Amino acid sequence: MALSIEDAPREYPDGRPLSAQPRWRQDFPTDIPEDDEVSRREFTKFLVLISGAFAVGQCWIWLTSLFRREGRFPELAIAREKDVSPGKIVKFQYPTDDVPGLLIRLQDGRLVAYGQQCTHLSCAVIPEPDKGYLHCPCHEGYFEISEGRPIGGPPRRPLPRIMLAVRSGVIYATGVERRTV
Amino acid sequence: MQPVEMEFFMDPSRCIGCQSCVHACSECETHKGHSMIHLEYVDRQASTQTAPVVCMHCDSPTCADVCPADAIKRSGDGRVMTARKPRCIACSNCVLACPFGVPKMMTEFDLMMKCDMCYDRTSTGRKPMCATVCPSGALFYGSREEIERLRQRSRPINQFQFGQQRITTKVNMMVPRQSPVEHVDVTAVMHEPPVGTPISLNLFDLKG
Repeated sequence: MALSIEDAPREYPDGRPLSAQPRWRQDFPTDIPEDDEVSRREFTKFLVLISGAFAVGQCWIWLTSLFRREGRFPELAIAREKDVSPGKIVKFQYPTDDVPGLLIRLQDGRLVAYGQQCTHLSCAVIPEPDKGYLHCPCHEGYFEISEGRPIGGPPRRPLPRIMLAVRSGVIYATGVERRTV
Repeated sequence: MQPVEMEFFMDPSRCIGCQSCVHACSECETHKGHSMIHLEYVDRQASTQTAPVVCMHCDSPTCADVCPADAIKRSGDGRVMTARKPRCIACSNCVLACPFGVPKMMTEFDLMMKCDMCYDRTSTGRKPMCATVCPSGALFYGSREEIERLRQRSRPINQFQFGQQRITTKVNMMVPRQSPVEHVDVTAVMHEPPVGTPISLNLFDLKG
């Protein structure tokens, strides 16, 4: 009742329909119904749905943090102390078989161990003890080797540190410390 | 109930030049103080005859076709809208291109403004401002049956010729019923000035 003239597509100077018109007319149609315009309502829907998705994502991150595997785990013997000379690297899986870790003897004799997954997008980092860093090849991330802190590239958090214990010549992994700074 | 199709009928020969439409138009809140209707003198030197000019709402709107900024849009029911403020670049292409001289360049706003047949009113079932106030029926908004009944000596046509361009419009122009014309030539008056234009006013039969 409201609209007095029936809805009808416009005419074009050559008399052909919109589908037969040149591309520029199809890209910029003068009729409002044929225009792919984002209405205020659609934009508001988009905003609400996207911000809702972000809120759900935050809740998901919080929920997973409740179940994060962290702290002390059953001990695992990684290597004999005498086998790990300075500059040498031992790979191991800890705390479960699908989480790779790296045991590194630094040049000064100190033993350090980190989870191998880059804190940016979980690529495997490559240790370069003679250069003094761990390198993530995916996005050129760099971690300094003595503490595992990020020094370059996209990662912003340090690598998870594997806590170590040395008893009677054997190196044990005893726990995982996830660090945010 | 089947909605009655309302149309705009224009009969310049009934215009008495009272300016009511101009003032009613400028009352509108969407463009307060600025009239979108033009009240033109047909031949100012020779006659006091005036003619109102509203947007004819072409089926193939030339103004929208020439707009480089895609600012002039046509609604689904065939009303050509005034230029969109965020898009209009005030280039005046539409002003130059319109066969009827309807678009107005408002230089103080850098915006083209034109008649949109009071879309805010007509889309809710009310009549356009100008048609509600016109005392002589030069501007009429109603159904086709109504105009048939009221104007028995006239008939509406919506075909116009502008040079090589044939224009079909939503707004109807009333022509004498017996006249054989198929279309109104918009530019004819520019080429040969009318020599003697007898206007017979039948004052005793205002229904005519």
